[in-house]
Amino acid sequence: MADPASLAQRAGELAGDAGALARKLDALSQQLTMATQQGAHAGTPFVFELTVFVLAVFVGYYVVWRVTPALHSPLMSVTNAVSSVIIVGALIAAGPSGLSFAKIMGFVAVTLAAVNIFGGFIVTQRMLQMFQRKK
Amino acid sequence: MSDSFSALLYLVASVCFIMALRGLSSPETARAGNIYGIAGMAIAILTTLVTPQIVSFWLIIVGLLIGGAIGTYIARQIQMTALPQLVAAFHSLVGLAAVCVASAAFAAPEAYGIGIRGEIHGSSLVEMAIGLTIGAITFTGSIVAFAKLQGLVSGRPLVFPGQHLVNAGLGILLILLIALFVMTEAPGIFALLVALSLAFGFLLILPIGGADMPVVISMLNSYSGWAACGIGFTLSNSLLIITGALVGSSGAILSYIMCKGMNRSIVNVILGGFGTESGTAPTGPGAGDKLVKSGSAEDAAFILKNAGSVIIVPGYGMAVAQAQHALREMADLLKKEGVQHVRYAIHPVAGRMPGHMNVLLAEANVSYDDVFELDAINHDFASTDVAFVIGANDITNPAAKTDHSSPIYGMPILDVERAKTVLFVKRSMASGYAGVENELFYRDNTMMLFGDAKKMCEEIIKALE
Repeated sequence: MADPASLAQRAGELAGDAGALARKLDALSQQLTMATQQGAHAGTPFVFELTVFVLAVFVGYYVVWRVTPALHSPLMSVTNAVSSVIIVGALIAAGPSGLSFAKIMGFVAVTLAAVNIFGGFIVTQRMLQMFQRKK
Repeated sequence: MSDSFSALLYLVASVCFIMALRGLSSPETARAGNIYGIAGMAIAILTTLVTPQIVSFWLIIVGLLIGGAIGTYIARQIQMTALPQLVAAFHSLVGLAAVCVASAAFAAPEAYGIGIRGEIHGSSLVEMAIGLTIGAITFTGSIVAFAKLQGLVSGRPLVFPGQHLVNAGLGILLILLIALFVMTEAPGIFALLVALSLAFGFLLILPIGGADMPVVISMLNSYSGWAACGIGFTLSNSLLIITGALVGSSGAILSYIMCKGMNRSIVNVILGGFGTESGTAPTGPGAGDKLVKSGSAEDAAFILKNAGSVIIVPGYGMAVAQAQHALREMADLLKKEGVQHVRYAIHPVAGRMPGHMNVLLAEANVSYDDVFELDAINHDFASTDVAFVIGANDITNPAAKTDHSSPIYGMPILDVERAKTVLFVKRSMASGYAGVENELFYRDNTMMLFGDAKKMCEEIIKALE
């Protein structure tokens, strides 16, 4: 049983197996990274985005139906302010150093969206301030 | 800040926006909702500002300061009667901003991690083109809506022969261009796409008349959301996708409610031209022969004072004359004189945007407990002494229920004809937007009060005092 020669042989075999396994693992992990890289621009993230989108449409549908008709004007101005969240894309465009076409476009978009954000929220607040129960 | 942490903060911002809309389910929670909205926006902007891509801040700060100052100034100065055109103008800005962001993403895709110039990923190109197109349509469409509401151009539908053919052709051309753009990624096609979308936006809204504006504004509201959504897909940003979807569905629901309020299909509204055909000749033979009973402010004051219950029906005419304050004063006086119920009935499409009348009455300090929607109050007209219609016409026309050939047939109306007496404050006998004559004017229990809505209310107040 404890024959050193056979033990050494077994150890060698095992080491060989381990090496083969490691190589397989390496190949697998390479395949995996390739798959994720491909996935990053094809199927998976788009499906994820689509999932988010569809769920958000449903949330919007149910939330908006519950809005009282008396507040439809504030609803319109607040959704208008909120849709200016597009400023997120504009900030990234306006952020890099140096001057470029993209940066100027980003600047214009930041300015436009800022008009909307400040204007939209303030006018909504003005409107809502007026909706009071009197007496 | 790590990507997943900023994604988490974007999620918080999205939830804030949902809460902002949720708050609007009642006036008590609405102000808190707006604060949620502001908080969400602040979180979104700050989170973006600390991402490593942003290294140069001066242009951003200048933009925020200029835009913020302009927005604050306009929002504080604007009169509530001018709200519809303000909202239209704001929609156009969202549209233009979407076009700018799409252009920036096209010119410098590295900043957004969607490929390199000339080799942007296919799916991003599709999303970019769609966001760009909707943004450009929103921009010019809203400008036309603004010009019509502001009175810069006539509110009448602008129709020319072959219009629908031109629009349909342009629509198909746009789809082909998007496909071509995705395949070639050529800057020339990008520019062409912008130009054609801008033209399409103009042509789409031109044929739609003034009183259809509640639908148009809601529709453009919806478009601005879908544009944000398209940009969100391009940049793989969940916050933009969620927010865009919320705004898009909100606008779509409002469009649907407005269409239902007029018993018209959205297609019918978009095709436009409504209110032109029958606008020239009054319908019905010998319209001029029938007798109209017209009264003075003193007569009206006498009738109102002796009534037990009054329902006031405001319309766009009240907004134009800025009569809401005088009207509220008159209602207060009537209550003092012993009229038990003085209430307001709002038709869904009264005014030029959804909820327009409610805001104007709120501005004049009318308690929202006194203001009722069509379904809630329509049964009460039968037990009401006086219906006081001020600056409204089509939304009270019984022809919508009886005359199958009428263009407004099937539209839900406020049943003012069931009240014992109907008072119409109107500037003239002219027909309303739909170009249909209102037979109510000739009934025995109707009295016409000719004049400007605000002046008439002031004179009634004088007579009451």
